[in-house]
Amino acid sequence: MAESKSITQRKPLRIRVEPRLSEPPAWYPAAISFGALIIALILGGVLISLAGGDPILSYKHIAKASFGDIGVLSDTIVKATPIILAALACSVAFRMKLWNIGAEGQFIMGAFGASVIVLAPVLPAETSRWIFIPVMMMAGMAAGALWGFIPGYLKAKFNVNEIISTLMLNYVAVAWMNFWIFGVWTEGGFQMSPKFPQTAWLPRLLEYAKSIPAFRGLTTHLGLVIGIVAAVILWFIIFRSRWGYEIRLIGDNPQAAKYAGINITQNVIWVMMLSGALAGLGGMSEVTGVVHRLQTAPIAAGYGFTGIIVAWLAKLNPIVIIFVSILFGALILAGREIQPSGVPKMIQGIILVCLIASDFLLRYRIVISRGEE
Amino acid sequence: MTQQVSPAEQNYIVEMRGIVKRFPGVLANDHVDFKLAHGEIHGLLGENGAGKSTLMNVLAGMYRQESGTVFVNGVPRVFSSPRDAIKAGIGMIHQHFMLVPSQTVTENILLGLDEPRFIMNLPEYDSKVAGLGEKYGLKVDPRAKIWQLSVGEQQRVEILKMLYRGVNVLIMDEPTAVLAPQEIEGLFVTLRAMIAQGKSVIFISHKLQEVSAIADRVSVLRKGVATASGVPSKGVSRQELARLMVGRDVIFSLDKKPCQPGEIVLDVRDIYAENDKGLPALRGLSLNVRAGEIVGVAGVAGNGQSELSQVISGMRECKQGQVLLGGDTVSNHTTLYGIQHGMAYVPEDRTHVGSAPNLSITDNVIMKKYRKPPILKNGLLDMKAATKLANELKLAYDIIVPNVTTPVRLLSGGNLQRVILAREISGLPSFMVAVQPTRGLDVGAIEGVHRLLLTQREAGAAVLLVSEELEELLSLSDRVYVIYEGKIMGEIKVEGGESDEGLVDTIGQMMTGTPLDQIQKEGVPA
Repeated sequence: MAESKSITQRKPLRIRVEPRLSEPPAWYPAAISFGALIIALILGGVLISLAGGDPILSYKHIAKASFGDIGVLSDTIVKATPIILAALACSVAFRMKLWNIGAEGQFIMGAFGASVIVLAPVLPAETSRWIFIPVMMMAGMAAGALWGFIPGYLKAKFNVNEIISTLMLNYVAVAWMNFWIFGVWTEGGFQMSPKFPQTAWLPRLLEYAKSIPAFRGLTTHLGLVIGIVAAVILWFIIFRSRWGYEIRLIGDNPQAAKYAGINITQNVIWVMMLSGALAGLGGMSEVTGVVHRLQTAPIAAGYGFTGIIVAWLAKLNPIVIIFVSILFGALILAGREIQPSGVPKMIQGIILVCLIASDFLLRYRIVISRGEE
Repeated sequence: MTQQVSPAEQNYIVEMRGIVKRFPGVLANDHVDFKLAHGEIHGLLGENGAGKSTLMNVLAGMYRQESGTVFVNGVPRVFSSPRDAIKAGIGMIHQHFMLVPSQTVTENILLGLDEPRFIMNLPEYDSKVAGLGEKYGLKVDPRAKIWQLSVGEQQRVEILKMLYRGVNVLIMDEPTAVLAPQEIEGLFVTLRAMIAQGKSVIFISHKLQEVSAIADRVSVLRKGVATASGVPSKGVSRQELARLMVGRDVIFSLDKKPCQPGEIVLDVRDIYAENDKGLPALRGLSLNVRAGEIVGVAGVAGNGQSELSQVISGMRECKQGQVLLGGDTVSNHTTLYGIQHGMAYVPEDRTHVGSAPNLSITDNVIMKKYRKPPILKNGLLDMKAATKLANELKLAYDIIVPNVTTPVRLLSGGNLQRVILAREISGLPSFMVAVQPTRGLDVGAIEGVHRLLLTQREAGAAVLLVSEELEELLSLSDRVYVIYEGKIMGEIKVEGGESDEGLVDTIGQMMTGTPLDQIQKEGVPA
């Protein structure tokens, strides 16, 4: 008899993948991401030992080099600040399924726009810092928004693929910045502009070391506050405002948005401009908070591209972006501590792949059963 | 393994015993028994989600049951893929066809087979396919590309595909859902021809009249349990079947109050429009709808109904003519203009046009209300008010979900349609255009939608109902326009009662292109 046979003979375990029919509980995505991180670290450990290193020691070192004391924590945050703003820029465009790959160029243009205020000069060097900062913020955002407007307008009016146009505009932005720092604002023939006057610097924690000694040597600057405030405002725009509702609706189903009477072309332009403005703000924060002069290498350092990854890992949620950016800041910083390139970059890659792959578990579940019945 | 074949079982080509199939959170089949006799058409009835397709997918090798056994010709079989099932002579045709549009009929039929092995001698196979088609009365050109064929012809290709593979048992999942009335008749002829050649057919449907028309025996599923197993369809009334399906009596005649038409609300004047391919879809179409009446638009699918509703709602350009809503021109304005002038629109395509699948029920019901208080407060969305609204609508419109934060993609067809209707009706529209509002819904849900439409009419709204279900149009509408190739063939008043039988005949003629005045001139054939 078939039935009695099945009891005596143990059948092999079967693993099946089934799509989830209901939403997993709220804690589940976080738990999955955490699990993915652990697995990535284990895999990275294997990699380190293959390279002849001691994984435990290396991880200890990485942790110490990025979160070990207040000094390196501050450095981590400085690295995270431009990533926050670039990722926010990407997230708002991606939310509407506009694939803005041009945060890098918009970031550069933002840095350029802020520099114009100092270098043109629009404001004299002895202007108060509290006038300089808002004016430079606006200039940076305007320049970034312009760089977002171009692909946005082309997309809305002529249906030009924004992936191509934003990507290409990145190169234009680099060339544009180079033209100015090579030719116009060159510092004695070097490929950089003169240093900004201190009044055009974002305030840093170390300035307050006199009253609070613990702040000595900390380079964390006002850009962090700008980033966090921008994230909170963006969260409100996306989830609580009328405009954000339209963005979410268009992103999820453009046909339904059209049906609900929403003007999609107009929104494409506005969202690209908002995205550009946020990236531009990131460029402004970096040039006035860290670099203090217009210079290609530290400005065009790929923050716009890192922003794409961070935005996805944070599932486009502005608040989560802050934390993911700090993780990335730590990875960048600690990586340099153990090796300039190579293994740390590989570990970064492993973490990325694991986090992205873990998304699969949010949509599918794995069922392990014995036998066929 | 011992084969126990009792003489009685030998009459059955397929026997399923105690089938249990579970999905996360749902018991789709709960110890279901099913028997298919040689040479019969077996109707499998049930509401959406009753487990009909699941049961048949188990038989066709798509799913594996948790327990229970499938016997084919009395021998227990385990299928691990549809290929296995086809080898055992069981093939299933799904609702959504699996054909390659750019390839010919013959190429599609050969796809996945081991022959021809290397050299594609297509003409030889073309004649094979043509011969097979002739044998079963499935007329289709073997050299035609799939995209050139109508939906009915594509279905014939799917049937040919199965016949070519030597299938003896053909499972058809809701085969009539995509067909025009004439094509349904053609399908029935084909199925009868197949029975005559010794094949057996399982006909899955939730339409009672079709099952009683075609099936020899009927099985009914309700919530995963078989409520009837192989009863002869002659001996059971439609009321009884409906009760077996939904577990209560379904009222077929709606109590409709007499029509009290008011002012003309919608006035469509001589409009012309093109379809997505740039071909003329509407050519000089005129109609009107008054306050407090339901006006039906009857016609075979693809005669301009979709384009008509899109021009009215402002989603499609009107080349010529105009659409007036309460005296204002709404054609060639934005969609928003129509919404602000009290127009509600229940689109044909619930998932691609009518809703945002990944957004919550709350986000979906405020789609047309977020521009105004109480949802809009100080420039921000008041999510508390939105949630309150969604919960009220959930109660009032009987939307069955645990909570309103559920993304609508997880809702069943009937529930999603209730969400859309709730949104549209709660805007208190003066005019509503509803396109195929009950397509794909089960009996209980259809009844609910019909009641909602009648409530709208009684509240004094003008309703334009576009449907392919004549029965639905005749039971709801006060007047019916018949559309054919983008033109109105004529307008018919629906009085209700006995005269409806003759109307069906007249409308049928108009749907195939005979204008009403011509029919009247020649006299109605007895």
